[in-house]
Amino acid sequence: MRSFSTAATLLALIIVLALPARAAVEIQDVTSDRGVTAWLVEDHSLPIITFQFAFKSGTVQDPQGKEGMANLMAGLFDEGAGDLTFDVFQKRLEELGAEMSFQAGSDTIIGQIRMLAENSDAVLDLLHLAVTRPRFDADPVERIRSQIAVGIRSDERNPNKQGYRALEQAVYGDHPYARPDEGTLESLASITPDDLKTFHARVFARSNLTVGVVGAIDAAALGAALDKVFGDLPEDAQLTPVETMQPKLDQEVRVDYPLPQSTLQLVYPGIERDDPEFFAAYLMNQILGGGTFSSRLFNEVREKRGLAYGATSYLNSRDYAQTLAIQTATSSEQAGAALTVIGDVVDGMRDEGPTQKELDEAKTYVIGSYPINNLDSSTAIARTLVGLQQDDLGIDYIQRRADLINAVTLDDVKKAAQRLLSAKPAMLVIGPAGQNGG
Amino acid sequence: MRYSLAAAARRAAFAGFLSLAAASVALAAEAGGDAAVANFTLDNGLDVVVIPDHRAPVVTHMLWYKVGSADEDPGKSGIAHFFEHLMFKGTDTYPSGEFSQAVAAVGGNENAFTSYDFTAYYQQVAPTELGDMMRFEADRMRHLVLSEENIETERRVVLEERRQRTDNVPGSILSEELNATLYQNHPYGIPVIGWQREIEGLTHDDLKAFYDRYYTPNNAILVVAGDVEADTVRQLAEDTYGKVARGPDLPPRARPMEPDQKTARTVTFSDPRVSVPNLSINWFAPSHRTAKKGEFEALAILSQVLGEGLRSRLYQELVVKQGIAASAGSYLQGNAYDYSAIGVYGEPRGDADLAAVEEALNREIARIKTDGITAEELETARTKILRDQVFLRDSQVRSANLFGSTLATGGSVDDITGLPERLAAVTVDQVQAAAQRYLDLSHAVKGYLLPAEEKRS
Repeated sequence: MRSFSTAATLLALIIVLALPARAAVEIQDVTSDRGVTAWLVEDHSLPIITFQFAFKSGTVQDPQGKEGMANLMAGLFDEGAGDLTFDVFQKRLEELGAEMSFQAGSDTIIGQIRMLAENSDAVLDLLHLAVTRPRFDADPVERIRSQIAVGIRSDERNPNKQGYRALEQAVYGDHPYARPDEGTLESLASITPDDLKTFHARVFARSNLTVGVVGAIDAAALGAALDKVFGDLPEDAQLTPVETMQPKLDQEVRVDYPLPQSTLQLVYPGIERDDPEFFAAYLMNQILGGGTFSSRLFNEVREKRGLAYGATSYLNSRDYAQTLAIQTATSSEQAGAALTVIGDVVDGMRDEGPTQKELDEAKTYVIGSYPINNLDSSTAIARTLVGLQQDDLGIDYIQRRADLINAVTLDDVKKAAQRLLSAKPAMLVIGPAGQNGG
Repeated sequence: MRYSLAAAARRAAFAGFLSLAAASVALAAEAGGDAAVANFTLDNGLDVVVIPDHRAPVVTHMLWYKVGSADEDPGKSGIAHFFEHLMFKGTDTYPSGEFSQAVAAVGGNENAFTSYDFTAYYQQVAPTELGDMMRFEADRMRHLVLSEENIETERRVVLEERRQRTDNVPGSILSEELNATLYQNHPYGIPVIGWQREIEGLTHDDLKAFYDRYYTPNNAILVVAGDVEADTVRQLAEDTYGKVARGPDLPPRARPMEPDQKTARTVTFSDPRVSVPNLSINWFAPSHRTAKKGEFEALAILSQVLGEGLRSRLYQELVVKQGIAASAGSYLQGNAYDYSAIGVYGEPRGDADLAAVEEALNREIARIKTDGITAEELETARTKILRDQVFLRDSQVRSANLFGSTLATGGSVDDITGLPERLAAVTVDQVQAAAQRYLDLSHAVKGYLLPAEEKRS
């Protein structure tokens, strides 16, 4: 590794976050000799290095009838790679004190590894094997498969789990988003080791890879590491095209079950991440039911009436469909009352929009909370670096973000409220029949 | 908890006590120049811990009160947690919502949580806002307004929280009653959130008396982690918390203790929502404070070797080699004042049934009692605990939690920094002795979560 590290690692750009404090975060754009790129925040105050990387792919790439493929594959990267069988691989990882994990989301497969800096050469050798030469041996495949199957069976009679499944199917119809990430017992059983090898070769490539690195490593060493870990991957991913779709709203999904507390969810249209009105919608959602203790839903449902422990709204801006969802849970006999209150809050936001004061407060919140939510640990920073690249927001995004938010006007937010909250929502009610009002 | 995250979860793995100690020593050397943790006390008795971390422009401000559900009077269960909710209801100076709005206005996060032995409030903000956070937090330490109306509304919220966390979740119903069985006399058997009827019966006078008794500077610990220096924290704390008068000295926290337990007990919950059964076998054990020298560290090693992680004995044996379990492991609950709890658990997979999993768990328990652990296992477990502590240092909140929960359960900063030496002193014999002493099936408490129609054979 050392012999490569002096080569022409490109240090294209350094961005320093302008924040009102001593500490600052510099993002370096690193390109390796072989052309693998990563964003790096170098920090030597702790002797650890964190890598996070994402392959745009995800469970939407699961072949028809082989649902659960991406999820199963994600469970197998520490189960043997190269010449190392699972037992040897895991023992080595443990000896080196590294923590490795992979997860399949709907649109990406994300990997993360944390290591002590002193062991990074050996750990990155293992990561290289895991990423480029996973074994998918029959024994571990069967083991992980049957563990996942137990998870699927565990949910079979759980009304909450089944309710959310039914809602996804109703809202997404025949789109891949309607399929369960872990697959069905049947589809999971049909996946062979050869299927996994083929799938891996399709979706792990350099064209759909983004990498974020934080910790005790400099740009030159990272350049060499990138070549070592990812340099052998094929250039281009072979992804199945996935169509964007409009979620089907204006329908009700009910799971009748004698529960002491009913779970309610309302699904409205959402907004694409690269839509020019994204921040207007983002601020509107913040005021409506964002995570603070001063949102309208929190105030009306919880603080004033004590109807629920939580009442929130959130934007779900995935690649192929977007929604805004409102969620709460309340004693089953007052579910109707809670739905009425939520309906009034939504109507008020749609018809009147927020006040200028609410908007001003929401702006300062979403500007100020960014470093707290995104930069307070190596893991959070690495996740942010990957997210910024995936959304193609630019290496200076963190600097520009406040201006983008401040540029949003009250009218913009009112328009966003009308745009998102005018449709009749899809409604999920999980609880006893006959007690949940309209 | 004010919102989200289960504060009442007693099964929390061994996340706490052994934690940062290792990090602070291993790293102080390696990281070089990393500022040391400071610990001092204000004149009014407020204990202060500062953990400098200059990597990001963020500071975590936490105030810990040394009162939790185990300090409640009989019949008043849930009052510590209920009171935590009421702390957000405003004071004469800052009416309801003003503190939260001030936090939100600077982009801060806030929350609170209650456990058996402590209640904590925190905000994460930019370092420039630290003084303001202290001003608000010091104000509500003594000047809370407790109106009947707020109490009634918040009581409904707390009851909804109980339904959401416990009454609606089969596994939570089981673990609540399993705890009530594990502890025959000690208040750790009472759920942190409280029994429903007792929550319903708490009065304004109960709550006021609770506040006046426990919410004082001499019963609190301030923990600040992040982009700030100890001198700055001291100055800001003196200007805010320092103005609050010391309260009466509290008597020692002498809770009813456990008698010698002599019976094996079984708690079973069958529910139609369950399709895959599971079981756990549980014991109470001494806490870091009440254990004999070296014993708690031996328990930590024991739990690591037996069942923590993919390489542990239980996982390798039940999940990998025998292929009878979907999951299997052990836990040691850390950071409690009087007792910790230790246990094992498993969930069958494939054609195996629960009885086969239980048999395999019992075999591994018997094996570790009879044969002990190897020197290699001891070393691996020690290294893993130390490594975890290095990783823990990466998170301000986790670092602050470690110091706060240790100090609130009778430990000290020195207990934390001295951990690597104590871990190094643990021998394989001590680990075997701990297994023999505590993993005794003749007075274990077993919990079974079962599908409705299945009967345990």
